[in-house]
Amino acid sequence: MKATAWMGTDSVKVIDVPDPTIMNARDAIVKISTTAICGSDLHLYHGYIPAMRKGDILGHEFMGEVVEVGPQVRNLKPGDRVVVPFPIACGHCSSCQRGLYSVCENSNPNAGIAEKVMGHSPAGIFGYSHLLGGYAGGQAEYARVPFADVGPLKVPDDIPDDQAVLLADVFPTGYMGAEMCDIRPGQVIAVWGAGPVGLLAAASARLLGAERVIVIDRFPYRLRLAEEHAGAETINYDEADVLDTLNEMTAGRGPDACIDAVGLEGHHGNAALYAYDRAKQATRTETERPFALREAILACRSGGVVSVIGAYGGVVDKFPMGAFMNRSLVMRTGQCHVQRYTRPLLERIQRGEIDPSFIVSHRLPLRDAPKGYKIFQKKQDDCTKVLLTV
Amino acid sequence: MDRVDTVLLPELDGPVPATLPRALGLLSLALGVGALAAPRSLARLTGVDDSPAAQAVIPAVGARELVHAVGLLAGRRPAGWAWTRVAGDALDLTLLGRAMADRRGERRRRLALTTAAIAGIAALDTAVAATAGRARRARARVIRMEIAVTVNRSPAEAYRFWRDMENLPKFMAHLESVRADDLRRSHWVARGPAGRHVEWDAEIIDDQPNRSITWRSLPGTRVANAGRVRFVPAPGDRGTEVRVRLRYAPPAGALGRAVAKLFGEEPEQQVRDDLRRFKQVLEAGEVVRSEGSPNGISVRQQAMQRPAQPLPASRR
Repeated sequence: MKATAWMGTDSVKVIDVPDPTIMNARDAIVKISTTAICGSDLHLYHGYIPAMRKGDILGHEFMGEVVEVGPQVRNLKPGDRVVVPFPIACGHCSSCQRGLYSVCENSNPNAGIAEKVMGHSPAGIFGYSHLLGGYAGGQAEYARVPFADVGPLKVPDDIPDDQAVLLADVFPTGYMGAEMCDIRPGQVIAVWGAGPVGLLAAASARLLGAERVIVIDRFPYRLRLAEEHAGAETINYDEADVLDTLNEMTAGRGPDACIDAVGLEGHHGNAALYAYDRAKQATRTETERPFALREAILACRSGGVVSVIGAYGGVVDKFPMGAFMNRSLVMRTGQCHVQRYTRPLLERIQRGEIDPSFIVSHRLPLRDAPKGYKIFQKKQDDCTKVLLTV
Repeated sequence: MDRVDTVLLPELDGPVPATLPRALGLLSLALGVGALAAPRSLARLTGVDDSPAAQAVIPAVGARELVHAVGLLAGRRPAGWAWTRVAGDALDLTLLGRAMADRRGERRRRLALTTAAIAGIAALDTAVAATAGRARRARARVIRMEIAVTVNRSPAEAYRFWRDMENLPKFMAHLESVRADDLRRSHWVARGPAGRHVEWDAEIIDDQPNRSITWRSLPGTRVANAGRVRFVPAPGDRGTEVRVRLRYAPPAGALGRAVAKLFGEEPEQQVRDDLRRFKQVLEAGEVVRSEGSPNGISVRQQAMQRPAQPLPASRR
């Protein structure tokens, strides 16, 4: 089959690989119809996630048709149309049973490596480095889906791929980011990053009853999407001081909750500060560029919530612990526990409460995946979200 | 509470076997006392009663024997003291050889008998010294570890799975098979490098249903090993804390190196991985595999990941 493989920093290729087969009794094989490039795939593309190997198949957002199931999979049959959550979760460990699917205790066969970096191992993730399992990803014609009796959600025929594939990651991730804010009536939520996850976090914050949503980015076309589809106000940090503007907008209180939808490759309006972290990251004395996180902490109202859904991999520098501690802030975070959101969010789509596909800007055939990575990386052609059709 | 260390492997933990070294000590004592008390009789017996020098040498030899006797009877470092006897034997044989060179007749015959007796004792001394040394080095090689994992199953379920010893290879990566001979005894086969196998018999020496299982290799096994697994209810209704204590003593030489390789450079990590697989089998139903780690969790595999691609048909 054809599959998109990581070939080194800033290099992906569509190559021929063997077709996947059932390896565990709870596996299913899915013939992929639509897959997507995630912002977090760009972290791999840029070489910021350790433990990648040349030839690794990328992709953790995909959907398609079940073509084969292992003997222990009784809820699916060939022909079912499914979307697959990006964290691989067994469904039976303590974490899974508490709904914390992205920290499944059993799904990372390389847990020993992850423990050395993170203390304990999170779940395995499709196509996301050997640190997180060494699983082949879904930017391919077929994928093996472990624990198929737990993860995949059957999708009704009247929900198009453009909407359903977003249930694999970005919509649940954005939604969880908003949910962790504990939004009450009258509250103001600020979102750093107007990529697919930030835009869907902003839209979810509105769904969950936020009075005002403020989105911060530097690309006018993305800020426009936030205004038009998430009912958000916007700040372009290339043009305005973010903290001053937020204080002014909230009459000095600061946002009640701040969502970091940027993660480890942030940018900063101040060239000197950006250069400082960029240099530390380049010399590997810091693994992240945590501008959004620092700013979110400083901006947040005292006693408010900082919700982190942007991806981080290692250690951050100059974490404003004094502000965080003295002002009684709360931080909530995590890779999304997608399995617990797929069904309720599908129902919100079916009820017409939200159409998450407003983020989709490009649809390319799988063979053009390298081009998709390039235009997403360079933000060319007003790129927000690239879907690959197979 | 956990007495695994003291009760399980008497060949490793009990006092170093001291019967033979002590017997040698008694022999030294008898020879020493005899040489000091009756040097003339001893000179006649050994055929050197014609030498004035012998009257000085024999008590000196007796005094030396008493030093061996004290060391060996004290019971500390029996190997070292047995080697002092070997050295003494060598000295005695040298003296006897020189004495025999200038004697004829009856005296030469007595000297020959004495030489033969000392040579026999020297062989015994050497054997005892070597055996005691091996025992001491085996103790120095013993590897012990205590590792635990929390499994989201009841103690009864975890116990039941482990108690069926034939299940062990499902999660202990280095085991090829375990055959239960009866309720207590089992035969274990471990995979070694280059297709070599290491086998041993084991017995369950303590079995407390739903609480703990203690086993040890049968005496005489080249790879003495023992273990105890306890199944403790995890606080907060979170299943079971499975706590394993393991001890094994790899033998010296090539077999020992093979055994050491079974457990790799990080034996604790290997056992930790075994417990992770135990957790996977109990919670998720089987060992979890990925394209990069097609055989599941393993330290060796983590260091040598294949690309995250489906396996070629030849490797399935």
